[in-house]
Amino acid sequence: MDDFEDIIKEFLVESYENLDKLDDDLLALEDTPSDRERIASIFRTVHTIKGTSGFLALPKLERVTHVGESLLAPLRDGQLKLNRPIADALLEMVDAIRGILRRVEQDGEEGDGDYDLLVQRLEAALDEPTAGEMVDEVPPVDLDSPAKTSIPADITIATGKPTQSIADSSIRIDVALLDRLMNLVGELVLARNQIIQFSGVSNDAPMIAASQRLNLITSELQEGVMKTRMQPIRQAWNSLPRMVRDLAVGCGKKVEFRTEGEDTEIDKTVLEAIKGPLTHIVRNAIDHGIELPQARVADGKSCHGTLLMRAYHEGGQVIVEISDDGAGIDPGHIAQKAIESEIVTRQQVDAMTERDIINLILMPGFSTADSVTNVSGRGVGMDVVKTNVEAIGGSLEIQSVIGVGTTLRIKIPLTLAIIPALLVKSGGERYAIPQISLLELVRIDVDRVEKVVQFIHDAPVFRLREMLLPLVFLDEQLGLHERRQFHDDLGNLNIVVLRAEDKQFGLVVNEITDTQEIVVKPISLQLKRIPIYAGATIMGDGNVSLILDVIGLAEQSGVLVEHHCYRGADNQIDSTTPNSPPESLLIVDSANRRAAIRLSTVARLEKFSISDVELAQGRHVVQYRGRIIPLIGLDGALDARINGSDSIHADRTARLHTVVYHEGPHVVGVVVDRIVDIIQRPKIDDGNPGETQVIHNRVTEFIDLRSRVEAALSGDRTAKAGTREFTAH
Amino acid sequence: MIGRPKPVHASLQHIDIMKAMMESPEEKSQQSFCTFQVDGFWYGIEVDRVQEVIRTRPTTRVPLAPNGVRGLMNLRGKIVCALDLRDMLGLTALHARSESKDAVVQPECEFASRQMNVVIRSGVDLISLIVDEIGDVVRVTNDGYEPVPGSAGSNSASLLHGAFKLQERLLLILDADRVAAA
Repeated sequence: MDDFEDIIKEFLVESYENLDKLDDDLLALEDTPSDRERIASIFRTVHTIKGTSGFLALPKLERVTHVGESLLAPLRDGQLKLNRPIADALLEMVDAIRGILRRVEQDGEEGDGDYDLLVQRLEAALDEPTAGEMVDEVPPVDLDSPAKTSIPADITIATGKPTQSIADSSIRIDVALLDRLMNLVGELVLARNQIIQFSGVSNDAPMIAASQRLNLITSELQEGVMKTRMQPIRQAWNSLPRMVRDLAVGCGKKVEFRTEGEDTEIDKTVLEAIKGPLTHIVRNAIDHGIELPQARVADGKSCHGTLLMRAYHEGGQVIVEISDDGAGIDPGHIAQKAIESEIVTRQQVDAMTERDIINLILMPGFSTADSVTNVSGRGVGMDVVKTNVEAIGGSLEIQSVIGVGTTLRIKIPLTLAIIPALLVKSGGERYAIPQISLLELVRIDVDRVEKVVQFIHDAPVFRLREMLLPLVFLDEQLGLHERRQFHDDLGNLNIVVLRAEDKQFGLVVNEITDTQEIVVKPISLQLKRIPIYAGATIMGDGNVSLILDVIGLAEQSGVLVEHHCYRGADNQIDSTTPNSPPESLLIVDSANRRAAIRLSTVARLEKFSISDVELAQGRHVVQYRGRIIPLIGLDGALDARINGSDSIHADRTARLHTVVYHEGPHVVGVVVDRIVDIIQRPKIDDGNPGETQVIHNRVTEFIDLRSRVEAALSGDRTAKAGTREFTAH
Repeated sequence: MIGRPKPVHASLQHIDIMKAMMESPEEKSQQSFCTFQVDGFWYGIEVDRVQEVIRTRPTTRVPLAPNGVRGLMNLRGKIVCALDLRDMLGLTALHARSESKDAVVQPECEFASRQMNVVIRSGVDLISLIVDEIGDVVRVTNDGYEPVPGSAGSNSASLLHGAFKLQERLLLILDADRVAAA
């Protein structure tokens, strides 16, 4: 019901505003009865209220507004002239609407006010267009109307509820004003940073205290203003269900559209910026992704395709996933089309990984459609999506399995104006790197450099755990240092590991200084053409620093385009599964062993207090988000912990680290001893047997949550099936 | 609210001046120019394009920037791109050839004290022009206006509107937008 209440709330706020305007308009009309535009505006308002009231099942309101509308239509068209009785009747209607709305707001119902007389009067005014000049029509209207329509108002007073009307407790604000506020807060943050820097070197206690207070207030103000700009992402995909339906019907497909996390909040500017891309992706998914019902049935799938749109927060970013269970993207087909459209050559394709080929759909001019339809096929599309997403500092990832479906993942920053950044030094100047692209920092001492940094011809690479990380020297990219060669002495290396699109590279800087919240300011025309700068900002000491554009940097250094250079190395590392996309693994400790769980099967990580665990049907359960979910442990670890805590009463408040698994109707908590890490590694193909691997120098066992959970739920708690079946679904 | 019509008026006037200069230089009207000196030449920019004149402040170098971009400055919270007019106008070459100025080895130090920044508006951007010396605001009539002769170097000439013949010297009028876009 929450959604419905929200709709009513919005309707009320909007209608109150419109009614106030209506009063003004009607009064003004009495002076200038022939002002068509005003009548048209009144008509629209009444029409809107009528339409919404029908939708919200408010029959009385609908009836009143309906007759009002019938009266307004000839007025608007000039068939009827506005006169006193008509104006009175209309004003009375406005009062009646207001009365009904107030009742709706208080009780959720229209109340028992009787509006028959008003309806009659409105109809009468319509039937007797000339009656306007007759004076005796007027008195009953004037006398009766307040008595009738003030009934709801009286009730308001009588009940004496001090509750604030919705219209009083919320206001509408111009987005431009919010933008200005945000800019001012940005300036304040800069000034704050400066003052903190100054007070840091002074011994003046009151000064330090004052600057600390300023710091706190600024942070809170910043948070508050940011919050005003936050909107649920629902607003970006409100129009999608309808579009999905129309498109599906148009293509002769059956599509079920589901959304998750539509309350995820995101900055207004970002919201506006992703509307277009989302629409486009959904179009593509329906047009290209989901198959016709017959084809689906033939493949053993349900005839309904599913399109799932999911939004959630992760690490200071918003992630929006659009996944379909359609045909998936066929790299062969893509490659063929890309060669036909002369985007790439056959030789280039031969050197590409499957993933690179799929990414070709993001190239300008790419289209797989054989003919142009009104849905897609014009060859502008995914590249625009990519550009738009990147323009707001986001990134786009495609994962696709033939016959299983495609998932598009958009990562976007929460807000654009103030971002956390890492400050580095290179060639004597400071640069800021947006933390959104930052993965980790690595420092290599001079005596280890030779061991871990190697060269592939002239390209330095670093062995970071099990992968080869191409190294990019910032000073070289800035043209401040000549290109380093194989035998050059590299000295100590400070490596900032960055992610650009789906590739990682290490940016070597002279010094890593600090992290700071920075305000992104645009740079002037001359500098916009340089791809490696995203903007500039003002530092605490008042100096200007440039903000590096990580994707631009990656492009310029060739990390993105010359990917096939490193392909040989890739193959060497995971020779069993070439060309597979990386996956994230959750590393946990349980009963003295290390285990890895696919992050994609994990819904959430939670901590429950042991005292919250209850017993039901011989099983440990816990209340979680309004439902009861069973808890299972890996290898009986849970029983030991809970029983153990029974004997030692002091530990009842200890926390259970729980991995929440959510699949269809099943929500299950898997209790582990400790959450260790989340790592990325190349995906293991289907059919690969369950395995153990050395991760972080520990033997780690792979666990398939789904089979574990199924086994546990079917009563077989000791089942080890999960360890043997590490399969992608 | 009272102040609001003013800039409108100013910009209209500005358009008028532009028109006068572009189309009918003979038409008599007075214009004001902020003047400054670079490498012995005197230049002018319409007064209403100039926001302020400031001393040189700490500048952040921008690697890879086109020739002439000295760096970025913080002007009361706004980021201003500083352009070295000497480079922009191609005067560096002249300067290097001239024997009398042997301070070319350390130009930064030598000029740092006298050098000034003329901050001009170009669209939403603020641009700072680094000049050797700042002059007066002069009022001129269109009588003395001449277009730039073709013999002037094409590169630098494209940044100039034309020249006013003052009594003692020529005042070269810079096209603020073209300088900003160069």
